[in-house]
Amino acid sequence: MKTAVILGAGGLGCPAALALAEDAPLARLVLVDDDRVERSNLARQILFRDADVGRPKAEAAADRLRKLVPGVQLEPRVARFAPQTAAELLRGGDVLLDGTDDFETRFAANDAACALGIPLVHGAALAWTGQLLTVLPERGSCLRCLFEGPPPPGALPTCAEAGVASPLCGVVGAAMAGEAARLLRGGQPLALGRLHQWDALRDRERDVPVPRDPRCPACGLASRAAVRHP
Amino acid sequence: MAVTVKIPAPLRSLTQNQAEVTVENAATVQAAVDELSRRFPGLKERLLDDKGALRRYVNIFRNEEDIRHGKSLQTALSDGDKLTIVPAIAGG
Repeated sequence: MKTAVILGAGGLGCPAALALAEDAPLARLVLVDDDRVERSNLARQILFRDADVGRPKAEAAADRLRKLVPGVQLEPRVARFAPQTAAELLRGGDVLLDGTDDFETRFAANDAACALGIPLVHGAALAWTGQLLTVLPERGSCLRCLFEGPPPPGALPTCAEAGVASPLCGVVGAAMAGEAARLLRGGQPLALGRLHQWDALRDRERDVPVPRDPRCPACGLASRAAVRHP
Repeated sequence: MAVTVKIPAPLRSLTQNQAEVTVENAATVQAAVDELSRRFPGLKERLLDDKGALRRYVNIFRNEEDIRHGKSLQTALSDGDKLTIVPAIAGG
């Protein structure tokens, strides 16, 4: 059985995990999150209930998924994903879904996926805007081909500051699961080399091409050891 | 000559919630950014760093071309071009 590692059991990770769990026995799911459920999460983090407030998200999400989808294989990991923990958390992973809520972790996930050769499905949502990019190491562009690196703290609004439209999380999370399911079945992902964007307030979707940057320190010809972490 | 600039949602608070802005007589991306800055104070600082270079977490496309892979801010513009501003987002 293949393994899908889901980073972040939040607004995106919850619907993505539910969709992939329902696709069982396609893959066992590893849920990685070091955060705990807060009451403000409940509207968009659909696997949690009021009684889960204060519990580790990874464990609460796994318990809920076991009730909803009996027999699903789950491994909750209450751990923080970082360059130092990446290799251990991704061991055995066939696909990585990143739905985390901070830039440093997102670039760390991209760099680790490229270095370890694991396909990455990058999804993000902020206010009414969503993004999806699928990365196949050695075959396509990556997050650092599009953006050189993460912003300094405070330069861009976080989801805690700007909010996230709850239904948009379901849309982006389901799209992430769809990309992962295609990859696990050996199919062709839809957002390979293209950044798919949702503008839910204006009901618009569009793609922008993300060409591979041969100078990219994560996926390009440049040394992977040269990846900078400002 | 006019080009259309697509403003991403996180920056629309600076453009009176306009999702698209038309810029006249901008021969390069730099000129278009300068014109946007004149009309919408604060926008330029969100796109460019202290040295006037495109910030590392923001990208601009001319039609479907990533300007970083060409002449960056000196990329020439033609009538009818569409500029798309794409910032990194991290919510989840």
